Amino acid sequence: MIQVVCVKQVPDTETRVKVAADGRNFDPAGVTWVLNPYDEYAVEQALRVREQQGGGEIVAVSVGGASVPTALREVLALGADRAVHLRTDVVAPDPLALARALAAEIGGLKADLVWFGKQAVDDDQAQVGPMVAELLGLPCATVAATFALADGRVTVEREVEVGREVVEVPLPVVITAEKGLNEPRYASLKGRMAAKKKTIEERPAELGAPALEVVALELPPARPAGRIVGQGAAAVPELVKALRDEAQVL
Amino acid sequence: MSILVFVEQRDGQVRAVSREALGEAVRLAAALGGPVVGVCPAAADPGLAALGEAGADRVLLAAHPDFALYDPAGYAAAVAAAARELKPAAVLFAASTMGRDLAPRVAARLGAGLATECTALAVEGGRLVASRPVFAGKAIQRVAFPQAPALASLRPKAFEPVAQPGRAAAVEPLAVDFDAAAPRARVRRVTAAAAGKVDLTEAEVIVSGGRGLKGPEHFPVVEALAAALGGSVGASRPVVDAGWRPHAEQVGQTGKTVSPRLYVAVGISGAIQHLAGMMSSRCIVAVNKDPEAPIFKVADYGIVGDLFEVVPALTEAVKGIQTRA
Ligand SMILES: Cc1cc2nc3c(=O)[nH]c(=O)nc-3n(C[C@H](O)[C@H](O)[C@H](O)COP(=O)(O)OP(=O)(O)OC[C@H]3O[C@@H](n4cnc5c(N)ncnc54)[C@H](O)[C@@H]3O)c2cc1C
Ligand SMILES: Nc1ncnc2c1ncn2[C@@H]1O[C@H](COP(=O)(O)O)[C@@H](O)[C@H]1O
Repeated sequence: MIQVVCVKQVPDTETRVKVAADGRNFDPAGVTWVLNPYDEYAVEQALRVREQQGGGEIVAVSVGGASVPTALREVLALGADRAVHLRTDVVAPDPLALARALAAEIGGLKADLVWFGKQAVDDDQAQVGPMVAELLGLPCATVAATFALADGRVTVEREVEVGREVVEVPLPVVITAEKGLNEPRYASLKGRMAAKKKTIEERPAELGAPALEVVALELPPARPAGRIVGQGAAAVPELVKALRDEAQVL
Repeated sequence: MSILVFVEQRDGQVRAVSREALGEAVRLAAALGGPVVGVCPAAADPGLAALGEAGADRVLLAAHPDFALYDPAGYAAAVAAAARELKPAAVLFAASTMGRDLAPRVAARLGAGLATECTALAVEGGRLVASRPVFAGKAIQRVAFPQAPALASLRPKAFEPVAQPGRAAAVEPLAVDFDAAAPRARVRRVTAAAAGKVDLTEAEVIVSGGRGLKGPEHFPVVEALAAALGGSVGASRPVVDAGWRPHAEQVGQTGKTVSPRLYVAVGISGAIQHLAGMMSSRCIVAVNKDPEAPIFKVADYGIVGDLFEVVPALTEAVKGIQTRA
């Protein structure tokens, strides 16, 4: 079985966002780059499927600039077999452009399972996975909180406002991973050594024309300073008064 | 040019978030001109004519026996067909779980740009500009759309519905051309959440508990306050990761982004990843024994003290007001 995992390199979630000089992008100076947290669940599930199937190939694919091989090396250390870096110098391509580039690469791979994170924690779009599925004409289940594979059919559950949807879908399929899908493993020392010998192919990303134009990136207005109404249970009447009369939320 | 709105129904009821999207469509139509048209995939008409009161001029009903539950491929075919027919300036979705799944599929089919989880839309120099939080709310991105239609999903509770009493929408059938025999993702069933439980993204009041609760056995302290306020229970990530609370209750960068009227953080320190998920709440209250806890920097009101004393007292006080009212 062939599986593809699409991963994005993102700023660490501790990052304090600064706006770049162009007023439109995020200033990457001094940022620590990590694998998108949701993609860790996608990678882990692909590894588990390979273990369950007793073999198969896992290909990691990522679109981005010169730093992306570090993220791919991480996925290789976790156990992916090979990686493809779709190279571009475009800063933050829009989701449809990314999806086009990924679909062009994945289309030829004959994958049974194509994995994504639910969303990237920098742009928070939650688009690329289902877009790739559409471009490839594959069925797709998003925001999988559980995953089971049996007889060529996948069953996932997804949280919705009224409960959980139980979704069934035949292979080949695109899945996007929600937090809690599994508990991602850490790369072992052996895995890190092995990763050094695995290949990362590099090709230009075929992004096509942009579908979105970023006009500005702004910091949200600061919340007006609040106040400590008091210490301990004695402060409760004062709080209730403020909530009722000032904030008018009671 | 028209504004097209995806009208979402579950169990034969149009969901409130679709009225919010229709409300925004009315405001956009005032600036851009053209009618507000809904498109609703469903097994049977969920009373669409009544959406006239929410601002719809017309609603296209895409009826199909498979459409009682959400059908990703079928719904995408229906909305894309409506967009191809109408050539709208914009297509709006609620950023509900359904809208979040559906909108990117429609965008890919139309080859159009999509801005998700928008908190504001504006018409500037004749073109639509969408504002959307990025980095879990640490920044706001403003995006424009190089070609029509502009697709946007709207964060629940960020947009006001309109009320146009006595108005009826014209309901018209929309033929959907989709291959029900082709392999596709099928929602087989929906397992219901506990009765009366409101999803955090749509809750008016949230009381969240963190590691300060010390263990799952103490969560009734939080639950009692939530019940008194008529709200839902949320949680910080460590509490969820430890299995004290379900994932659906996690607030923050890798959980839900919420914007209730009132958010009460109990025994939560206020790590940047937690703040990201709740900072757009209208009023924030924090109870923490550490006066230096970062949560106090974003809280409108704080009480420094032991949550096990403060929260039960607050619960009683809230109940007291309600019995008097
Ligand atoms: C990639 C990534 C993603 C993350 N995503 C999220 C996310 O989505 N959501 C999230 O919440 N976190 C997230 N985190 C974790 C985050 O960094 C913090 O670890 C977490 O928010 C802390 O949770 P807490 O406030 O409950 O616990 P703590 O930081 O341990 O705080 C407990 C607080 O309780 C107070 N306290 C203790 N006892 C009492 C008492 N008796 N009375 C009153 N107060 C008391 C303490 O003073 C303290 O401030 C993420 C981290 C990473 C690395
Ligand atoms: N540049 C990229 N390269 C590879 N995969 C990506 C890239 N950007 C996003 N993805 C994948 O798409 C998912 C959703 O991203 P987004 O739609 O940007 O929120 C991520 O979790 C990744 O799995």
